[in-house]
Amino acid sequence: METPELPGLAAGFGALLRRDLQLAWRQRGQAVNPLIFFVMVTALVPLAVGPEPALLTRLAPGMVWIMALLGTLLAADALFHEDFVDGALEHLVLSPQPLWLLVLAKVTAHWLVIGLPITLLSPLLGLMLALPDAGFMPLLVGLTLGTLVFSLLGAVGGALTVALGGRSVLLSLLVLPLYVPVLIFGTSAVTQAVAGGGIGGPLALLGAIAALALAVAPFAAAAALRAGIDG
Amino acid sequence: MARKWQWFHRLGSPPGFYRASGYWLPWLAVAAALLLGVGLVWGLVYAPPDARQGNSFRIIYIHVPVSFLALAGYYVMAAAGAVHLIWRMKLADMVMTAAAPLGAALTFLALWSGAVWGKPTWGTYWVWDARITSMLVLLFLYLGMVALRLGFSNREAAGRACAVLALVGTVNIPIIYKSVDWWYSLHQPATIRLTAAPSMHPDMFKPLLVMIVGFYVFYALVLILNTRAEILARERRTGWVRDLAAGRNQR
Repeated sequence: METPELPGLAAGFGALLRRDLQLAWRQRGQAVNPLIFFVMVTALVPLAVGPEPALLTRLAPGMVWIMALLGTLLAADALFHEDFVDGALEHLVLSPQPLWLLVLAKVTAHWLVIGLPITLLSPLLGLMLALPDAGFMPLLVGLTLGTLVFSLLGAVGGALTVALGGRSVLLSLLVLPLYVPVLIFGTSAVTQAVAGGGIGGPLALLGAIAALALAVAPFAAAAALRAGIDG
Repeated sequence: MARKWQWFHRLGSPPGFYRASGYWLPWLAVAAALLLGVGLVWGLVYAPPDARQGNSFRIIYIHVPVSFLALAGYYVMAAAGAVHLIWRMKLADMVMTAAAPLGAALTFLALWSGAVWGKPTWGTYWVWDARITSMLVLLFLYLGMVALRLGFSNREAAGRACAVLALVGTVNIPIIYKSVDWWYSLHQPATIRLTAAPSMHPDMFKPLLVMIVGFYVFYALVLILNTRAEILARERRTGWVRDLAAGRNQR
């Protein structure tokens, strides 16, 4: 009997990425929910603090970032859980492809479905919160990098809690402290740009964090998945 | 070669550690009581009062050692987690389990004692100071560890999951600390500052040193006690624990 030739790394990565994107497309409603949440909660801010543009301008960078953080966090819960429920996750863990690569494929799909749309929507929210013009560019660049880190760290949390009850609350408890640096650098890039300062520093640091997360988080999430799957 | 490592394997097994640590406990307890007793009396009674803060500065004799150990405790936990993840050593998982609530308690104490000191000194219990904020994030990291452990019903999986989380946290702690420092320097409030005493008077510093060493010994003592309790809880169905409970085996 001949052993079938195994597909290469790129083929494995591509197949899983395609599958996850296709699944997201078929459950469009579910993928859009975090975006609606993102917009709706941001609309609550002026209702809560008042509509004065000066106050909103002051709050805008932080609010948009916090809403983006919460939106991705909401979605991180589903990253592995659905595959766990229908048993597909165990096949991924058992497959001859390295698990970190498959995790990376799933994170990429997750970021394309959640992180990227949130980033693209953020200027709209900036507009609603009276963010000055200078803030939009750093907001877009920062959120592009930041949501990637959110997805990567969310994958670690989602892998750890994949089989547990009370998952989504526990997941936020685990990863929120880890999001702190991204939030600080992301908001300060926008704030500094609005104040007329340079934005290279915080954005470079965000890029460094994203590179580190990209290098480390898939391995951590893979290890977490092997443990977490046993609940 | 085999002989050389025998002591390590014996100590690394739960019953071996339980037996050996039984001999350490009295020494540690006496040393901790002695150091903490001397340090407390020296610091609270004989050290001179601070020129500006009066007697309220004396809370540093608790606050500083507790804060040291809150941070060191995370690394103890993470190191135990790494050992468990790499060598699948059961004892390391037990140490990690014991270290998490202990660290959370220390971090809380550090925040609490800081708040109590802050009220008479700064006029407020809470300030968004860089160090305070970092400690708060550290408390959240500890609470996450405890919560994750409680979430699992499979103990073996819980150990590995917590180890992964502890290691991810270890990579993150320096980044969190740096970022919070940076955040603080951007938003530095003008009214309240840490009274940055460039150097402490030796009469105040020496009892602090005694207290720090005392707290380290105390931490080791409590960690070992918690680990022993964890060992007994997990191995309660084994023969050696039953022998122990029936009094058939000393120590």
